[in-house]
Amino acid sequence: MKWATRAGIHIDRAACIWLIRRAVDPDAEFVFVADPADVPEEATPFDMRGVDLGHQGGDCTFETILRRYELTDPVLWRLAQTVHEADLDDERFDVPEAHGIDIALRALSMVGDDEQTVALTAPLFDGLYEYYRRATLLGREPA
Amino acid sequence: MSVGESSSGEWVLLSYRMPREPSSPRIALWRKLKRLGVAQISDGLVALPADARTREHLEWIADEAVQGGGSAAIWIARPAAAAQERELASGMAEARAAEYRAVLGAAAAAVELPEAERAAVARRLRSELRRINRRDYFPPSEREQARLAVAGLQDTSAAEAVES
Repeated sequence: MKWATRAGIHIDRAACIWLIRRAVDPDAEFVFVADPADVPEEATPFDMRGVDLGHQGGDCTFETILRRYELTDPVLWRLAQTVHEADLDDERFDVPEAHGIDIALRALSMVGDDEQTVALTAPLFDGLYEYYRRATLLGREPA
Repeated sequence: MSVGESSSGEWVLLSYRMPREPSSPRIALWRKLKRLGVAQISDGLVALPADARTREHLEWIADEAVQGGGSAAIWIARPAAAAQERELASGMAEARAAEYRAVLGAAAAAVELPEAERAAVARRLRSELRRINRRDYFPPSEREQARLAVAGLQDTSAAEAVES
């Protein structure tokens, strides 16, 4: 399946791409567009103005995708808190690491294109998932 | 275009209109704009220096206005006169300066507090400073003063913690 989002990706879109590949569509293909009008007809748009898979009711797009595809994995929802705070910074959740992760993503986008950001952040999100999975099991921060 | 780089003189404008009733979506939207530190150009027209982050934030707020039964549009604009831009920027700097002065006042009031309370005030003010910094696009001199005052509170707390 084809998916489309705005070019110049940051935390929410990078995390959504990882999430879509992991939990929704393993063969997902992504296109990055400058203008909403450039979304290919067969592609599912996300994290763009006026589309269903966007910010909804105070949620960031990562959270909206979890809801729409009924993904209930608590570890993904924990990661969603980090993405939410890194993206929206509205203090709905208390996630001190979110600010640093946001900076890391912005820094990456300054020195590479979207394909590079996607490639470099995939292992980061894999690692965060594992970190939050262990934290959930232990009930504390893993070593 | 390089993303995330503030290009000189470009502003992102949000023009919006929302129904008076119900008032809660209008108030929620107004709070978000305030949190972003927008310059209010006129009724229903706000501005921020354009970069990837400010534009994205305003775009989502535009969506929210539409979902709340109103209308909204995003514009990338350039002031026709430099003086006009300076006026906008100095208004924003003054708004932030007032917020930093409030932090300075709170820090000064906390100097004489017992150690534990002072440390709690220092933590609260540090978060408050972070919030103000994020909407501070034209840093006034009060920014550094406030940072030093809060850092000073923390240093005295830390020094006493070592002594005791």
